[in-house]
Amino acid sequence: MRSLKFLIPLVIALGIGWFLYAGLGNNPLEIPSPLVGKTAPATPIALLNEPDRTWSPEQMKGKVWLLNVWGSWCSGCQVEHPVLLDLARQNVAPIVGLAWKDRPQASKDWLAKLGDPYVLNVSDQTGKAAIDWGVYGAPETFVIDKAGVIRDKHIGPLTPEVLAGRLVPLMRRLQAQ
Amino acid sequence: MSPVRALRPLAALTFACAVSLSAAATTAPPGGAAAPSPPAAGTAAQATAAPAVPSATPAAMPPAPSSATPSVSAEAERRYKVLSEELRCLVCQNQTLADSNADLAVDLRNQVHELIASGRSDEQIKSYLVERYGDFVLYRPPVQRNTLLLWFGPFALLLVGVLIWWLVQRRSGAARAAGVAEAAAPAARTDDAALRRARALLDE
Amino acid sequence: MTAEIGHFALILALPLTLVFGVLSLVGAWRRDARLMAVAAPAATGAFALVVLAFACLIALFVGNEFTVQLVAQHSNRNLPLAYRVAASWGSHEGSMLLWVLMLAGWTAAVALLSGQLPATLRARVLGTMGLIGFGFLLFLLFTSNPFERLVPAAAEGRDLNPLLQDPGMVFHPPLLYMGYVGFAVAFAFAIAGLLEGRFDAAWARWARPWTTVAWSFLTLGICLGSFWAYYELGWGGWWFWDPVENASFMPWLAGTALIHSLSVTEKRGAFRSWTVLLAILAFSLSLLGTFLVRSGVLTSVHAFATDPARGVFILIFLAIVIGGSLSLFAWRAPSIGTGPGFGAVSRESMLLANNILLIVAMAAVLLGTLYPLAMDTLGLGKISVGPPYFESVFFPLMAPALFLLGIGPIARWRKAELPQIAHRLKWAMAVAVVVALLLPLTIDGFRPLTSLGLLLSCWIVASAVTVVLDGLRGADGRVALSRMRLMSPSLWGMHLAHVGVAAFVFGVTMVNSYETEIDGRVEVGQAITVDGYSVRLDRLTDVKGPNYDAVRGVFTLSHNGQVLSVLHPEKRLYRSNGQPMTEAAIDRSLARDVYVSMGEPLGGNAWAVRVHVKPWVNWIWLGCVLMGAGGILAASDRRYRRAARADVASRAAVANA
Repeated sequence: MRSLKFLIPLVIALGIGWFLYAGLGNNPLEIPSPLVGKTAPATPIALLNEPDRTWSPEQMKGKVWLLNVWGSWCSGCQVEHPVLLDLARQNVAPIVGLAWKDRPQASKDWLAKLGDPYVLNVSDQTGKAAIDWGVYGAPETFVIDKAGVIRDKHIGPLTPEVLAGRLVPLMRRLQAQ
Repeated sequence: MSPVRALRPLAALTFACAVSLSAAATTAPPGGAAAPSPPAAGTAAQATAAPAVPSATPAAMPPAPSSATPSVSAEAERRYKVLSEELRCLVCQNQTLADSNADLAVDLRNQVHELIASGRSDEQIKSYLVERYGDFVLYRPPVQRNTLLLWFGPFALLLVGVLIWWLVQRRSGAARAAGVAEAAAPAARTDDAALRRARALLDE
Repeated sequence: MTAEIGHFALILALPLTLVFGVLSLVGAWRRDARLMAVAAPAATGAFALVVLAFACLIALFVGNEFTVQLVAQHSNRNLPLAYRVAASWGSHEGSMLLWVLMLAGWTAAVALLSGQLPATLRARVLGTMGLIGFGFLLFLLFTSNPFERLVPAAAEGRDLNPLLQDPGMVFHPPLLYMGYVGFAVAFAFAIAGLLEGRFDAAWARWARPWTTVAWSFLTLGICLGSFWAYYELGWGGWWFWDPVENASFMPWLAGTALIHSLSVTEKRGAFRSWTVLLAILAFSLSLLGTFLVRSGVLTSVHAFATDPARGVFILIFLAIVIGGSLSLFAWRAPSIGTGPGFGAVSRESMLLANNILLIVAMAAVLLGTLYPLAMDTLGLGKISVGPPYFESVFFPLMAPALFLLGIGPIARWRKAELPQIAHRLKWAMAVAVVVALLLPLTIDGFRPLTSLGLLLSCWIVASAVTVVLDGLRGADGRVALSRMRLMSPSLWGMHLAHVGVAAFVFGVTMVNSYETEIDGRVEVGQAITVDGYSVRLDRLTDVKGPNYDAVRGVFTLSHNGQVLSVLHPEKRLYRSNGQPMTEAAIDRSLARDVYVSMGEPLGGNAWAVRVHVKPWVNWIWLGCVLMGAGGILAASDRRYRRAARADVASRAAVANA
């Protein structure tokens, strides 16, 4: 029985080894949002085309909608753009575009060149509104329900798989409520 | 005690005082900042980032935060420094908010400045950021249910260690007592010099 | 052609290590002298092959051979020569080859210098090292080939990361790896001992110098890494408890426990199974570090490009080596037996306490480093564990160990008397208390933590001085310097290393308590002041470096009006990848560093500048250098070489002790 204590180091090592193996699948820089399940921040954001007027998520109450954070400087946003255009064409839910830390003219030029999938365009040049949304990189996409509660956040470029597998079913469920 | 033998420890104490005073003379007390300072722009170079973030290159970027700010109090400056070193830059490969050059870090630093200026407490500022970014943004993990093992683990391990020390001690002492009883039988006569040499060897 | 030669050399080394690894172990098992004799020449041959391969890699970098992928990714025609050489280990593949080179080197060294070991032990040690080498060569050749060609070739390389273009890059990785890999020798001795079933004091005496030298290298490697980060990264810090830093610190903590435990096993034959476990642990932690840095499970500025596929391979290798050795330990350790007993107050009990504290500290660092990973894997959320955690946990654990440092060397083996120890050390304690209280009070008032740090560091020095003076005291009670040669190098080494610890603690305490900094906007002609030091920007010049363009500030540093020096910090932009970097300028002295770095241009002729004043900071690295020097001095003790030769007859007697 006393010899069993010599097995302890092996057991501990195996335990740590298991964690390390499981950890290989993690992405250490993907930070899940604590805002999922909470009301969308009401911070007013200036419209891209009319900087004197502001918009806030309150105006979208009663609808299920998406907020897509992007910038003309962001290469991943260019990659996901066709997917967004496709989604807009399918008319699943309105998409609001938040141009983040972007010069307004650059944003407008980009949309003119690549197409505009957004029902509405807002621009956050200082980044303060984005902080309220917990944005830390682009592109990011939020799903908000009819009551104005954030239901999901996707980090990184949208892909047809993510849309079909997770976001679109979620939006349909929320719309049925 | 003869005066010569008393001198030795006295000399040691005098030496200690001399050492302390000269070391103190060369070390200045940390005074407050002598000039008002703008929000620090951070001086460390940033390593490769992971998700796409606004890069530091100018072209499509809004201008860098202006340096002309009204003078801030020393206390606010100190609080800012402590906070920005306990907060994590979310997009960097393990850097504090204070040291990062990333655009998001600059934004967050400005936000911290504003929150301090608006009278929020350190706890409130940390909660503000945790609400938006989660516990990940704190380098000092909060003490909550899922970090109990983290914060109390080392202490628990220390207790286990003390227990092990005590157990090994007891077992070994018993073994020694048995061994000493056996060795006490053949009492050898050793002369002084050999005894002293043996003692010296034991000390080495 | 050079790349192919290098690659081929590695391919040849692979079966060679497997063959001599297996044959040596089989030979030891069967007591076949011919099989056992294969080890030494084969190890030397493997070393020669790896040296050839490494030389080829360096030649490729120096010759700007951009048809090789590694060279194209990490070098550049304009990169200065020294950095082209260093760039050969500036990548995952290259540094893996450096690992293998060090391992082959240590194996050959053991083969060369172990002629006096009993044949079976020697064969088992070399065999174990050969098999480890085989594993690493397998990993290298199958997942991380440094000689991979790039087709079509690049016209110009992408350049070495600017942060690495520094003398630190030339010395830090080799020193560090000498340490990491050196623990493989202790590991091999442990495995060999477990296979032999014999762990007498002689085994400890053979293993000890190898372990101490490896520990010294690791100490110097970590020290250099910290020193380099301090002047390179521009924020004035020297340790961040970054996962990769912790990956090097954990083997160091285990290694420190190991060298102390080995002393007990050598001198008293006690702590045998514990020493074996520590030897396995130290090397396992080195391997764990290798995994953490290259697999992408943790984020760090130091981490190499992440590749989970490599991570799986290393993990399997870890499972085999660590799992295998710990299984062997579980099986054979019960028969090792315990050594002679010791009293509650004795050097053994103090070293036991020292070991326990070091291992608990190591476990705390491991816990903090892996906790975010564990939580993420279990789906319990994402947290960060950074310096605030490690500092809160590590310092309270180390404080008692530092206190014991002053008592241990004075305590006798087997049984010591507390009143007698207290009597011998009372003046040492008095001196330490005086300094601990006086110093902060005369600066700016009492500070409890500062006093604690000062107390511990002065206590260690005062105690060491007391012990040395007592050792120099002749029969008449008078100190005679002529008696210095009666004290062995291992004793001097111990005291030197302990004083190094004290210097380190002193530096850390003073810097953390009394450092100041200021961020300011400075225009040409203006100055900013902090702590009586004034830094005036005289002019800004544009500088064209070999592979960068920079703005250099010429700053005059004065103290209380008196001009001290002119400093030239720079803000660089590296041409090949557009990466900006700040080069700090430091005015160094033993008593303080004044550290000036340029932040951002603020328009006009103004810049954001940060100035730090860091009192006594150089004692941190000075202390580490003393520790390393102490270790090497201790390992040079002739008793290791003398005793080895005379061992044939005395081994039997020693084994019965």
